[in-house]
Amino acid sequence: MNEFHGQAVSWSIKDGVIELALRREPCNEIGSQSLAELERFTDALPELEQSASSIILYSDLRCGFCAGADLRELHRRSQEMAKTDAVSGVRQFLERTHHVMNTLDASPLTTVAAVHGIVFGGGLELALVCDIIIADKTARFCFPELRLGLIPGFGGIPRLRRDLGNAVVRDLLLTGRGFNATKAQQIGLVSQVVGEGEALRVARSTAEQIGKFDRQTSAAAKKFLKPLPHDQLRREIDIFCDLFTRPAVEAGLKKFVESTDTQPYLP
Amino acid sequence: MSATQQETLDEVLNLAAAQFKVPRESLAPDDDFFKKLGIDSLQALSLLTRLEHHFNIELPDYEMQGVSDFKTLAQRIQTRL
Repeated sequence: MNEFHGQAVSWSIKDGVIELALRREPCNEIGSQSLAELERFTDALPELEQSASSIILYSDLRCGFCAGADLRELHRRSQEMAKTDAVSGVRQFLERTHHVMNTLDASPLTTVAAVHGIVFGGGLELALVCDIIIADKTARFCFPELRLGLIPGFGGIPRLRRDLGNAVVRDLLLTGRGFNATKAQQIGLVSQVVGEGEALRVARSTAEQIGKFDRQTSAAAKKFLKPLPHDQLRREIDIFCDLFTRPAVEAGLKKFVESTDTQPYLP
Repeated sequence: MSATQQETLDEVLNLAAAQFKVPRESLAPDDDFFKKLGIDSLQALSLLTRLEHHFNIELPDYEMQGVSDFKTLAQRIQTRL
């Protein structure tokens, strides 16, 4: 399928570049609909890869790239189930999400995330699977999971540890603080910082450059540079599910979902 | 308030007015920027990001917790300059 327009994502391929756009209001929260459509994309990838050299991920929405997991859906579903069923459901959701993330991470194509605005939690984890992150100056990155009593569950810690120094990872995770594109570039997370509204244009220009190289060579270089941290990714799911049973998580989710605070996203 | 603090406050008000397209003269130091600008927390974070770039500082989000008026916001920025 060379083109798809879903409720949460759309994709198309042109001149050897696959563009995957996130488009679910309000800020591309990743819930069951988004996951199902991302799975559809990764299912279509083997065929798409035959005629492409790169993938660009970006958001069609003004608010930003992605605000992370759909906490409202997570809370609603966990309320509808017995605790053991809820944990089982969360584990299944994480397994499926990891499969999507790992497929993108290990794709033989070069992947470029063009990000702006909010890049939080699962949204940052989605950007982290990409080989190159290009951020415009409005981008703000954050791992706010600890305030919910959880750790990032979409592969964030293993990928951050793979790509960045452990001290930086501890700071970002244990304080939950947000940081801007300049800081993200300083710590090595983002490779290019561009002006407001320019990330997608620069990503397309980057993809054009990538397309000049032999595909097999690029794929071999990527495989050598960027091994998947399989054991840590498995461990992450276990830790997340263990933590999910604690009352603090239910309280944290409830507080977030029912909050009338004007600052629920300020960790 | 020293001249520098006043300048910081003026720049914060100018940037907020420009970003959210409201007349500069409609904003006052003690205004609650959430109410006055009609913004949510995600939009407040976008303002924070813009201010960080403008002043070339880092302002951790947790230092913004509970801050809702321009004057206090400018004071927090001032401590990082």
